[in-house]
Amino acid sequence: MRPFNPFAAIGRMVLGTLAELGRLSLFAGQALGGLVNPPIYWRLILQQMWVIGYNSLPVIGLTALFTGAALAQQIYVGGSRFNAESVVPGVVVIAIVRELGPVLGGLMVAGRVSSAMAAELGTMRVTEQIDALTTLSTDPFKYLIVPRLVAAVVTLPMLVLIANIIGVLGGYIIGTGRLGLNPGTYLQVTVDFLEKSDVYSSLVKAAVFGFFIALMGSYHGYFSRGGAQGVGKATTNAVVSAFIAILLSNLIITVIVFGGRG
Amino acid sequence: MSGLDKIVLKDVHKSFGPKTVLKSINLAVPAGQSLVVIGGSGTGKSVMLKSVLGLIKPDAGEIMIDGENVLTMSRSERREVLTRFGMLFQGAALFDSLPVWENVAFGLIQGKGMDRKEAQDIAIEKLRRVGLSPDVGNLSPSELSGGMQKRVGLARAIAAEPEIIFFDEPTTGLDPIMADVINDLIVECVKDLGATTISITHDMASARKIADRIAMIYHGEIIWEGTRDEIDRSGNDYVDQFIHGRAHGPIQMEVLKP
Repeated sequence: MRPFNPFAAIGRMVLGTLAELGRLSLFAGQALGGLVNPPIYWRLILQQMWVIGYNSLPVIGLTALFTGAALAQQIYVGGSRFNAESVVPGVVVIAIVRELGPVLGGLMVAGRVSSAMAAELGTMRVTEQIDALTTLSTDPFKYLIVPRLVAAVVTLPMLVLIANIIGVLGGYIIGTGRLGLNPGTYLQVTVDFLEKSDVYSSLVKAAVFGFFIALMGSYHGYFSRGGAQGVGKATTNAVVSAFIAILLSNLIITVIVFGGRG
Repeated sequence: MSGLDKIVLKDVHKSFGPKTVLKSINLAVPAGQSLVVIGGSGTGKSVMLKSVLGLIKPDAGEIMIDGENVLTMSRSERREVLTRFGMLFQGAALFDSLPVWENVAFGLIQGKGMDRKEAQDIAIEKLRRVGLSPDVGNLSPSELSGGMQKRVGLARAIAAEPEIIFFDEPTTGLDPIMADVINDLIVECVKDLGATTISITHDMASARKIADRIAMIYHGEIIWEGTRDEIDRSGNDYVDQFIHGRAHGPIQMEVLKP
C-alpha cells in the first residue's frame, strides 16, 4: 500500500473542485442559452412559479415572522443597556431587509426547492424519463431546466419581499405588544430608516439566490446516477451547494453594495 | 449493406473509462425489417441502442440513418432526425407528472407542435390500439400495472407513426402471458406502420416472435447474425448456449462460487 500523500490529496481535491465548477458553468451556460432560443415553455414556467412560490409561502412567512420577533426582543435587551430601546424598529427593518429576509428566505426555499428539484430530476434520470424526452424530440434543458431557473429567479424576489414585510411585522408585534414601544412611532422609525437601496439590494440578492437554488437543484438532479442512493446523494449535494452559493453570493453582493459606505 | 438499409452501424466503438463496452459494432437494418439483438446483461445492447439515438456519443465509427451520418449532425439536425423515431423503454419511462394521454401525445404536442385537442384524440386512438380504454388516458402512470405501463409506452412509441422504432427489453418484468400480449402488439403495430425496428432482449420467446433477423452481441461485438429460422442451426456455440439458457458453455458468467 502506498503511503498517504497529503499534497496529492489536496491536489486531487482542488482539481476535482475545479472540474466540478467547470461542469457547473457549462450547465449554467447551456441553461441560459435555452432562454434565448425558442421554444420557451411558458406553461411550465408558471407551473414552477406556483410550486416554488406559492407552496413556499408558509415556510417563508413563519421563518420571517419568528425571526423578526426574536430580533426585536434581542435588540431591545441589548439596546436597553445603553438606554437605546428606540433603535429597535430601525435595526429590525435594516437587518431584515438587508440580510435576514433574503438570506433566511433563500436558505429555507433552498432546503425545500433545491432538494425537491434534485429528487425529481434525479428520479427522471434514473428511470430514463430524461432520455425519453430526447427521443421525443424535446430538449431536456429547455423543457426541464430553463422553466425552473426562470421561475426561481422571478419568484424569489416576490417571496423575499413578502418575507421582509412579515419579518418587520414580527418585530412590530413583539415591539408594541410585549416591549411597550409606541405603534405609531415604531412604524414611523421603520419607514425613516429604510432606504430604497436596501430594498433593491434585497431583491437583487433574492434573484441571485433563486438562480443558485434552481441551478444547484437542477444540476445535481440532472446528472444523478446510481439509482435511489444516487438520487439521495444528489438531493443532499443540491441543498449543501445551494446553501454555500447563497451565503457566498450574499457576502459578495453585500460587499459590493454596502462596502463603500461609512 | 445495401443502399436500401435504413440503419447502418459501421465499426462503432464506445468505452467508459477503462471498460470497453462496444468494440466494433457493424450492423445494417434494411427498411421495414425487424432486427432483434440478443445478448446477456452488460454486453452492450443498451449502449448500442442509445448510441443510435444520440443519448450516448460513441468514441469512433459511423451511424447512418437513411444514408446520413447522425454523429456529424448538429443538435437541431439530430432532433429533426429523432422525429422519425419511436422508442419503448425497458421501464416504459412514462412522465410521472403527466396523465397517460399526455404521455402518449407528448411527441405530437412538443415534438410536432400539434394542437392539444387533436393530439389527445390521436392519443386515445393509440391507447385503444394497444388495448386500453379511453378512461385510462386520464389516469396517472403510477396508477397503472407494469403491463399497462408497457402498453402505454408502446402507444407513445407509435403515436407519431415513426419510420423507426426501438424496443428496449419490451417484455422484461412481465408475466409470460402479458409478455406475449406485448409481443403480439409490437408485431401488429410494426406491420401496420411498416416501420424499421431494432429490439434488444434476452427473452428468446420474444425474439422469435418479433424478429425478421436476429443478431447476437457478446463482449461488445456482433458474433452472429441470421434469420429467425436460422438461429436454431447457427453452428455458433455462444448462440446455442444463450438460446438454450445453459449455465455451461463458452459464455462464462461472473458468478462467485461458494
